[in-house]
Amino acid sequence: MATKLIPKELAKKPDRLSPGHRLCAGCAAPIVVRQILAAIDDPVVVANATGCLEVATTVYPYTAWRVPWVHSAFENAASTIAGIESAYRSMVRRGKIPDRNVKFLAFGGDGGTYDIGFQALSGALERGHQFVYICYNNEAYMNTGIQRSGATPLGAHTTTSPAGSVIPGKQQMRKDLTAIIAAHDIPYVAQAAPTQWKDLMEKVRKAVNCGGPAFINVLSSCNRGWRHETYETLEITQLAVDTCYWPLYEVENGVWRLTYKPKEKLPVEEWLRRQGRFRHLFRPENRHLIDELQAEVDRRWERLLFLCGETFSA
Amino acid sequence: MSKYEALTGDQAVATAMRQINPDVVAAYPITPQTETVEFFAEYVANGEVTTEFICVESEHSAMSACVGASLAGARVMTATSSQGLALMWEIVYIAASYRCPIVMSLVNRALSGPINIHCDHSDVMGMRDSGWIILFSENCQEAYDNIIQAVRIAEHPDVLLPVVVCQDGFITSHAMERVEVYDDAEVQAFVGTYRPKWSILDVDNPKTYGALHFYDYYYESKRQQAEAMAHAQRPILEVTNEFNRQFNRHYGLFEAYRLDDADVAIVVANSTAGTTKVVVDSLRAQGLKVGLLKPRVFRPFPAKELANALCHLKAVGVMDRSIAFGSMNNAGPLFLELTAALAIHGVHIPIADYIFGLGGRDIKPGEIESVYRDLLRIAETGKVERLVTYLSVRE
Ligand SMILES: Cc1ncc(C[n+]2csc(CCOP(=O)(O)OP(=O)(O)O)c2C)c(N)n1
Repeated sequence: MATKLIPKELAKKPDRLSPGHRLCAGCAAPIVVRQILAAIDDPVVVANATGCLEVATTVYPYTAWRVPWVHSAFENAASTIAGIESAYRSMVRRGKIPDRNVKFLAFGGDGGTYDIGFQALSGALERGHQFVYICYNNEAYMNTGIQRSGATPLGAHTTTSPAGSVIPGKQQMRKDLTAIIAAHDIPYVAQAAPTQWKDLMEKVRKAVNCGGPAFINVLSSCNRGWRHETYETLEITQLAVDTCYWPLYEVENGVWRLTYKPKEKLPVEEWLRRQGRFRHLFRPENRHLIDELQAEVDRRWERLLFLCGETFSA
Repeated sequence: MSKYEALTGDQAVATAMRQINPDVVAAYPITPQTETVEFFAEYVANGEVTTEFICVESEHSAMSACVGASLAGARVMTATSSQGLALMWEIVYIAASYRCPIVMSLVNRALSGPINIHCDHSDVMGMRDSGWIILFSENCQEAYDNIIQAVRIAEHPDVLLPVVVCQDGFITSHAMERVEVYDDAEVQAFVGTYRPKWSILDVDNPKTYGALHFYDYYYESKRQQAEAMAHAQRPILEVTNEFNRQFNRHYGLFEAYRLDDADVAIVVANSTAGTTKVVVDSLRAQGLKVGLLKPRVFRPFPAKELANALCHLKAVGVMDRSIAFGSMNNAGPLFLELTAALAIHGVHIPIADYIFGLGGRDIKPGEIESVYRDLLRIAETGKVERLVTYLSVRE
């Protein structure tokens, strides 16, 4: 019997990511990782791409991981876990090791997932390895000091898309990676957030049991990069969800489904206003960027509603 | 019972892989290695092997998957050439430093640019300091034999380093030769079962692989790697000698061909050593005391043994199939390292470098003979007039 997804039961499970790691106060990544690991009762093996999560949890001779874990490089978490998973299947088939129902997870930041690791991820998904790839998405390369990625939203200030006197932050919309992964027609794809923890954990359970490759894109605030107070992490994450900037949904065997519908869809401004990385957008000459971002959020939300069968035209 | 088969170099490697039947193979096609992957895919499709074959989307992923599978305790193999190796580069170093006993067949092909598909050694020379054990093969038989030995060498508990087995692109990989193929059961008995001490699949004893090492630990990890390489020669020879006994071969760190009583010698690796033997025989018939040294184990570099083998000569010519751009006199890597080895071991004989065959440019017996005649002149005068000569190139 799987552990019930209620705090009283989950609290009894030993933590698979120990305290004492060196991630920043206010970082959402360890919350995300602990929720994910707690959702799985089976043994897990983790491959981690280079990035904040990797460097801050495994400063030799220490490790925060109480599950087998490997880091190889920045762009190859998917191909590394594919190798491990293939070895497992091969050796179980040959009777060299027992079948322990091991689950294989890969963690990558948005840089390691949207950008440099995209090819390896796409290839591993297409080949059908049984693993779950988790993108903890903080919308920039945080480990190296907040540089833009393909996940960085329009207008955001990063150190490689600075809000200057001529160019006001990032000039491009982020790519919709979750939809791109869904286009791989793998059994399970989802978007989630640590605020809706039960939703996230249910998605993880579906992902590890879907019988094929799965992908979950989890919004994971970085207070250093987003520029907010450490205690605001989850509040701001909730605003991303409630403005429909970060909708929570899943695509299970090709069927799209909203898993959370905000009672009231808030203007994206409410989310932007809380973060220093968007401060410059509130100057009169940059307001149009907020409008553009709002229009894009609306367009993608409408499309999502249509795909989820919530509306009949997009 | 072994039997003789007509095999290309690629096919010889694929045959060894079929007999080894590794747990995991991850590979990507590239000329002139492609046939190996194709043959192997066929073995998988026909159930002749039970390997988990990961037909990856790039060589970067091939090596990444190999590292993952190897850490899981699987016996792992791959194959590539040139650009494929170049794309793997980042993970090639990681494979060695994580002490993954991966075996790679490298069919030597010139590196771009400009793009070229034919043989030279610029690809392997790029990985010479990456921490892999490097073996050269003169012909299809040697490629086959080396692959079988590589498995045992890599997995030897005193080694635990990846091994790359080189053969010349097209010249060997696509030439059909008579190869003695050993009995499947004998090969399987020789390679045995890999029993890793550690596995990332040991979920009851979770371990962290590839932790971040700062200035307080990184250096020690590299020092250990150097130690592993420094001690690899003995296990390599142990495995080699066992192989020689069992399959009636004569491998060593290198092959000395009519070298003992020679006045001058050429040092050259892979297929050109075969051509050179023919030239040696014909010059010997004319009474000229010429010989050949053909390196087999290039990493770890057997400096002392090479110095000992060459110290009686009056002149040495190194034939390099790649250029170490910007190095001393733009010489080749083999020359540079051998020169250092001789100097360090107190062997002071005239030595010259002959670059040849880049991008698959043919090397003919006449050109090799001209090198010997050059060396005989040097032996007479004791003077090296040209440290580096580029053979048969339009200048
Ligand atoms: C091939 C390669 N290029 C660049 C780097 C430098 N680098 C390390 S982590 C990183 C950014 C990681 O960003 P992301 O994946 O978003 O994870 P985060 O640090 O934000 O958690 C970069 C650029 C690297 N390690 N390897």
